[in-house]
This record gives sequence, structure tokens and C-alpha cells, in this order.
Amino acid sequence: MNVIIHIGRYFLLLKLVFTRPERRSIFWTRVVEEVDKLGVKSIGIVALLSVFMGAVIAIQTAANIDSSLIPMYTLGFLSRKSVVLELSPTIISLILAGKVGSNIASEIGTMRVTEQIDALDIMGVNSAGYLIAPKIVAAVFINPFIIVFSMFLGMFGAWLACVGSGVISSDDYINGLQYDFHVFDIVYALIKTVVFAFLITSVSSYHGYYTRGGALEVGRSSTEAVVYSTVAILLANYLLTQLLLV
Amino acid sequence: MIKVEHVNKSFGENHVLKDISVEFHQGKFNQIIGKSGSGKSVLAKCVVGLLEVDSGHVYYDDESFTLMNKSEKKEIRKQLGMLFQGGALFDSLTVEENVMFPLKMFAGMGMGEMKDRVEFCLEQVKIEGKSELFPSELSGGMQKRVGIARAIAMNPQYLFCDEPNSGLDPQTAIVIDNLIQELTDKFNMTTIVITHDMNSVMEVGDNIIFIHDGRIWWQGDRKELLYTENKELNDFVYAGSLMGYAKEALRNQQ
Repeated sequence: MNVIIHIGRYFLLLKLVFTRPERRSIFWTRVVEEVDKLGVKSIGIVALLSVFMGAVIAIQTAANIDSSLIPMYTLGFLSRKSVVLELSPTIISLILAGKVGSNIASEIGTMRVTEQIDALDIMGVNSAGYLIAPKIVAAVFINPFIIVFSMFLGMFGAWLACVGSGVISSDDYINGLQYDFHVFDIVYALIKTVVFAFLITSVSSYHGYYTRGGALEVGRSSTEAVVYSTVAILLANYLLTQLLLV
Repeated sequence: MIKVEHVNKSFGENHVLKDISVEFHQGKFNQIIGKSGSGKSVLAKCVVGLLEVDSGHVYYDDESFTLMNKSEKKEIRKQLGMLFQGGALFDSLTVEENVMFPLKMFAGMGMGEMKDRVEFCLEQVKIEGKSELFPSELSGGMQKRVGIARAIAMNPQYLFCDEPNSGLDPQTAIVIDNLIQELTDKFNMTTIVITHDMNSVMEVGDNIIFIHDGRIWWQGDRKELLYTENKELNDFVYAGSLMGYAKEALRNQQ
């Protein structure tokens, strides 16, 4: 029963979020600020994770290829497939759910418990639209760029590990990267990224917006935001894969 | 003028406001007093529309706020200013940006005009040279003043203050009270103040409303407060011995 109430409230909040903003110029200024806060400031952690994830995937794949019948360029092919289809869009989105999701929920939750959201409402500002819409628009816009960047770095990390450890030559690895390439793999990854970006920002904002109480509840909302956006990402990942790849 | 008629509000089984009817006069310092949990803040939130009433009506100058549609309520809200207990200043904005916020959203002024208005509002609350600071860099009293400046930025007809003196030393509390009263007189606003501060009630209360157990228990001015025989009100106002002495002294003065 509780779940149904939450889902209902979530969609009612979304309806409020996507009403026309009071001032378009202020809305777009806020979107730019959020692009910086949610996207640009996440680049460091995304870069670090992508390089290491790519490297580990390459080493693990190399360690499991023990048949001489499998060509060495398979390493590049499998690294590309893993990074493009799953590691960059899903794992990086899960990491962002932790970093960005908790940030959003605690920011909006603190605004709620310190009556800043009430102050917006009293002024006649649509607080949900003012606070949440720019975050969703910013994440949906910037996350695909971050994920494409992560894909490149993941494949670069795999190249570093393969070539650096002398498992295969650089040419073999690049051949593998180019082998049987389908543009749809990128489209699939980007569709997932956009959906995940929407889920991370909207679910986290929902938990922040309906925080009641004080500092303890803000912490709880922040944790719930991460947990529920992670679950939402995993469910959406399964559904989108079923719909787009099967 | 704001008029509340037969307002009821419950949270589940908890019936907080019970058939409340009261008038808040224009140009007066209206104060709502009562014990913690008596329903003061709920009443104020119902009046400004942060909470919906279960039954009854709230009138702003004879227009029912309860029956208004969203856009009509929005228009009324542009005439409302509210000072929150903790100030509720936006942490990420400077003092100037906080005061300018409602102007940017609704006033349709140019930057120069907005800056002039912000300067005027900060002058009214006697703040100078702090416009570039962030709320976290201000003292509690300063934050309240900036909160008042933001509340009056749109030149409101109605000013709500939720415990403006909480967390302030007695001297600063008096300064804030006097400031609110000065602004009320100057701009002829309908000011509603929720307070626990009996010193403030004795100093500036024009129209005092005592809420007890979710009902209006008593209403009058500060002179009447000295002579009331209402037991619950006397128990509440004169709970501290100092207030008892003050009552005697004030009675003897008159």
C-alpha cells in the first residue's frame, strides 16, 4: 500500500515539476548551474572509475582466454562490448546515483527542513519546478556526454592494461575494437543513459522534497534516494535491454 | 484585513484547529500566542495556504482565499511576505541575491531598479555593507533582518512572522519587534506575528489572540491582558515570576 502511495506522489510531483517555469531566463541559468554541479564536477570520479574498470575487464578477459583457437583481437572486441553495453552506461550511472543522488536529496531535504521550500511557496514560486526541473534537464543533457567520455576512457584503460602488460599488440587490440561494430550499441547505451539520468535526478529529488523532520531525516532521505534510484536503474536496465536488444 | 471563519484542521485523529474564527486588522501588530502544540503555526500555515483547511474559509479583504483557483492564489501570495523562524534564507545566495529573489521572479524590473529596491529594503532593516555576504556569515539577528528585508521586497500588504524573536538575545529581540512595528505602521500592512515572547506581547501587541487547545480562547490588546481573569491565559502569560512582577508594575503605572 505504501509503495502505491509513493508511486502516486512521485507522479504528482513530476506533474508539478514539468509545469511552465515562472521565468525562462532564470530556468536556463539554473540548468547551466546544475550541468556544472551534477555533470562537470563528476568528471573526475567517472574518469578514474572508467580507466580502472576498462583495465580490469581486459585483464580478466585475457586471463580467461586459454584457447589458441580464439584470436587475440577478441580481447579488444570483448572490452568494447562490455564497456559500451554495460559498464559505462549502467555501472557509471549507479556510481552517479550514489554521488549525485545523495547530493540532490540532501540539498533539497535541507531546504525543506529549514523552511526554504516553504519560503518559495509563500512567494508564489512553484518550488518543485524551480528546484527539480533544472536538475532533471541538466542530467538528461550532460550524462550522455559523460558516458561517451567514460566509454573512451574505459577502452583506453583496457588498451593500457593489454598493451602495457604485453598480452597483445596495440594493432590487435584496435582491430578488436573495430571488429563487428554496430552503431546501435551506442544508441542503446545512450537511451539507457538518458533514462537512468532521469531516474537518478527525479527519484532523489522526490526523496529530498518530501523530507520531514530534521537533520536525521535528511540523512535518511539521502540514503533512501541512493537505494531507490539504484533499484530503479536496475529495473529499467532489465526492461530496456529486453525491449531494445531482444 | 484577513478574516478566518470556522476553520477546522486535523492531522489524522489529531484535531488541531477547532472552529477557529478570528480577524487580523490592517495596520496593526496582530500577535498569536499559545503553548507549544496549541495550533498557532498550523493556523498561520492555513492562512497563508501552506496547508489546506478541512472546512471553513480564509478571507483576504473579503475575498475567499479558500475558494480561489491556483492563479488567483498566486496573485495573493505576491502580496504576502513571510519571515520564518530560522530566517529560511537561501544558503547558496548572497544577502543581496536573497532580497532580490522575489523581484527577479515576479517584479519584471530592470537590474538597476532591482538593486535600488534591494538597497531600500536593506536600509529599512538597518543593514549596510553586508550585501555580498552569505547567510552563514551572518548572526541570527542579522539573518532575521535580511529575512524581513526579503519579505518586504515586493511591498506586501500582509506580513507573517513565525517566532521572529526565537534564538535572539532580549536586546536584539526588542530591536526586531520595533522594526516589525515600524514597518507595519509605515506601510500600513496587516502583520501577524506568532510568538512565545511575552516581553514582545507586552511591548508591541495591538491585537493579541490566545490559542488554547485548538480554539481561540481570548482576544484583546495588551492593556486588556493586564486585567484579564482568564485562567488559562494568566497561567500562560504570567508563568514566569518576572512577568508577574511586570504585570503588577504596569497595573500600578496605569
